[in-house]
Amino acid sequence: MADDRVVGIDLGTTNSLVAYMGTGPTLAHPDEPGKGVFIIPGEDGSNLVPSVVALDHDNHMLVGNAAREVLLTHPERAVYSVKRLMGRGVEDVQAELKLFPFRLAEDLAPGEVLRIQLGERSYTPPEISAQILRQLKRNAERFFGAAVKQAVITVPAYFNDAQRQATKDAGRIAGLEVLRLVNEPTAASLAYGLDKKQNGTIAVYDFGGGTFDISILKLQDGIFEVIATNGDTHLGGDDIDNLLIAVAVADIAGDLGLDARQHPDLVQRLRRAVIDAKIALSSRPAAELEVELPDGRLYQRTITREMFEQMIQPIVARTLEPCRQALKDAELTVAQVDEVVLVGGSTRIPLVRRQVEELFEREPHSELNPDEVVALGAAVQAKILAGGSAETKDMLLLDVTPLSLGIEALGGVTAKIIHRNSTIPASATEHFTTGVEGQTSVAIHVLQGEREMAKDCRSLARFDLKGIPPMPAGLPRIEVRFLIDANGILHVSAREQRSGKESEIQVQPSYGLTDEQVENMILDSFDNAERDLAERQLIEARNEAETILTALAKGRHNPAWTMLSFSEQRKVDELESRLRLALGGTDYNSIRRWIDELNQATMHLAELMMDAAVGSALRGKNMDTTDVGEGPAAPHPIGKAEFS
Amino acid sequence: MSDSQKAGLQVMNGKHRDHRCWSCGDMRAEHFCAACGHVQPAEPTDYFAFFGLPRKLELDDAGLEREFYALSRKLHPDVYSLASAREQAWSLEKTSQLNDAYRTLKDPLSRTEYLLRLEGIQLDEQSKTATELARASGVDKKQSVPAELLEEAFELNMLLEEAKRGGVDEELRGQLCATRAGLMARLKTMRDELRAAWKRWDGGDRQATVQMVDVLNRRSYLHNLVRDINEALD
Repeated sequence: MADDRVVGIDLGTTNSLVAYMGTGPTLAHPDEPGKGVFIIPGEDGSNLVPSVVALDHDNHMLVGNAAREVLLTHPERAVYSVKRLMGRGVEDVQAELKLFPFRLAEDLAPGEVLRIQLGERSYTPPEISAQILRQLKRNAERFFGAAVKQAVITVPAYFNDAQRQATKDAGRIAGLEVLRLVNEPTAASLAYGLDKKQNGTIAVYDFGGGTFDISILKLQDGIFEVIATNGDTHLGGDDIDNLLIAVAVADIAGDLGLDARQHPDLVQRLRRAVIDAKIALSSRPAAELEVELPDGRLYQRTITREMFEQMIQPIVARTLEPCRQALKDAELTVAQVDEVVLVGGSTRIPLVRRQVEELFEREPHSELNPDEVVALGAAVQAKILAGGSAETKDMLLLDVTPLSLGIEALGGVTAKIIHRNSTIPASATEHFTTGVEGQTSVAIHVLQGEREMAKDCRSLARFDLKGIPPMPAGLPRIEVRFLIDANGILHVSAREQRSGKESEIQVQPSYGLTDEQVENMILDSFDNAERDLAERQLIEARNEAETILTALAKGRHNPAWTMLSFSEQRKVDELESRLRLALGGTDYNSIRRWIDELNQATMHLAELMMDAAVGSALRGKNMDTTDVGEGPAAPHPIGKAEFS
Repeated sequence: MSDSQKAGLQVMNGKHRDHRCWSCGDMRAEHFCAACGHVQPAEPTDYFAFFGLPRKLELDDAGLEREFYALSRKLHPDVYSLASAREQAWSLEKTSQLNDAYRTLKDPLSRTEYLLRLEGIQLDEQSKTATELARASGVDKKQSVPAELLEEAFELNMLLEEAKRGGVDEELRGQLCATRAGLMARLKTMRDELRAAWKRWDGGDRQATVQMVDVLNRRSYLHNLVRDINEALD
């Protein structure tokens, strides 16, 4: 039972979340019944874990809110928005480097996977992401008091093969078996579709911290069929922040004669301040920027919503073209879209809502918290993959590949073999031959993208078909099969048909880690993790046992207790003493077993107590009652500032 | 169009295969064992056969979609996440075949092109892939201008030349739009022509392929003209 918990993870640019779809109420968590889909909070009680990784003074890795504090005081010891670097090469990130204080390792060789300097070591983006994933894994393990080994992780729909592979690698490094990568907007539609079993066409507009996606889906009797998707993997709330920071930096240079960029900690304080202002401007007509400079002077500026909207208009406009393209690809008019759903923290900005409403000519939905809906959907997909439940029985996701797959043909042009918006898994078979007598290998260049010239597309892999039997030119017939799996990741296999032998081919990704590298990283990070886990499990099981015993003590005084049958009461009494006995020892499995049995035996009691509490202040965190529709007043992803 | 579709044909003519279920040994149906319901290994197949359809072109779109959904529910990798590695691999292969087959058959044009290919007829110069490749490489594609379009195509090319040299003014825009409207109307009538050819084929007239090739070639030519106009107007 403890092993089949598959969690859903939203690994976001700004914030990450872990969610679970549960099955029944437990006595230990009477107000979090575990029924339906819910977010698993972190140790500090907050649902959002900021996607920030930092080193403390003892070189311990910090993740989340603690790491965000380091970012403010010692920006050189922290990394944020690492999602922007996933699956990318040095030459891809030059523009990014101007805006983000990523410190790349100095000894990077061309073509190597990026590494970011952090303290004395350098880390690849998947390793940094793995730190965040491991924190979420720990949060879930604390919540369940059991190991969590499998997860569904969401990625932007418009992520290419390399970015997907990097995300999967991050999961592996964190000790998670990634059962599926799910596209974020599609996951959101699952969360929305769970309680509204209806048919129709919906558009999911997902504007997050660093990425933008639009997906158009057809819902029919539980089948969620993506018709078209489009987006921009480098467009999000981050860009709005950078714009505001640039304005502040220019102000400070002009009015106060100080070059803020020389002071990384000042830039981070400015960042913090503009984010607060951005959030405030979603509900107020004006916001105040106020930041102390290193010399003690104060930088102050008022931003009105009008100015703000004028500034960010070009950024918001960049989301509209992908929407139009997706509609065109889906061969749909605006009038044929039944519903529009808003996802992602940036959709709290009133201007964004207005523009979406204008484009789609209808008021968009935002009943589910836009920060949480992707993780909730990931948990639904996790449940489906773990064998499903009555609620998910008829649900099936049919997603598409966002980008066309091609191979480089003569003259450097791209020959497309799988077109964008093809339902995945999808495949194509191509035939190749030799050009020279006795040639024993053929080079193939695989590309992803819509452009006509190979050099303008994303290079996925270059590989050689090796071991071709020597034959006259043009005689070998090599069949190469390209298969995009349900994660959107490409697999290639090849066969020489004349000789009939399956030839060994090596696929070398253009960017990305080899299997061996990933294995080494897993070993690196697991130095003490397994032993720690055993200890932690025992401690957590004990804590959970105490919680349930305390709850039971209270339950006995509840009128509901008297409604149990005599034999039910006897059974609970017996299991209670067994659990107390197990608590005297150090056998984790035994404690776990009696917790589970006692949970089971007290389920009826918990239900009776819950029934009695309905109508009072009981507020579970399941889908039906998740905070909804708060609109512009709701906090932004990074809104819950513990420090100012 | 990719070679994946040719692959199906070759294997269709291949050796006879054993149709016993790997799991229970009973004789099995196409995708699942008739006796125990287990998914069966993927085998190369033509797309009509995959759906259990005859090689006919008039297709019940709604029925095809229903069948696609029904098979997706049974074959999709999501359903096999707890199954053995072997069944997972088969599910992946089979679902990719299902998706490739559905994508090809649901679109009337790609369905027609696919059938012609199964029948060993190449559309070469006018096919979508050939057009794309030629366009991308900047090579002028050999193509015969359909006789009835000669004059119109000539005039249009003059207009497009003019647009290239001096940009599109109001008058030129009007002329291009009018030409485009005429071409679009013609494209529409071609759909009926294609339907007529389908009917002949489905009724057993193998000569209908000649008509289909002719319609597809003319259609592709018109389509390219419309695309050129759209580009000039952009």
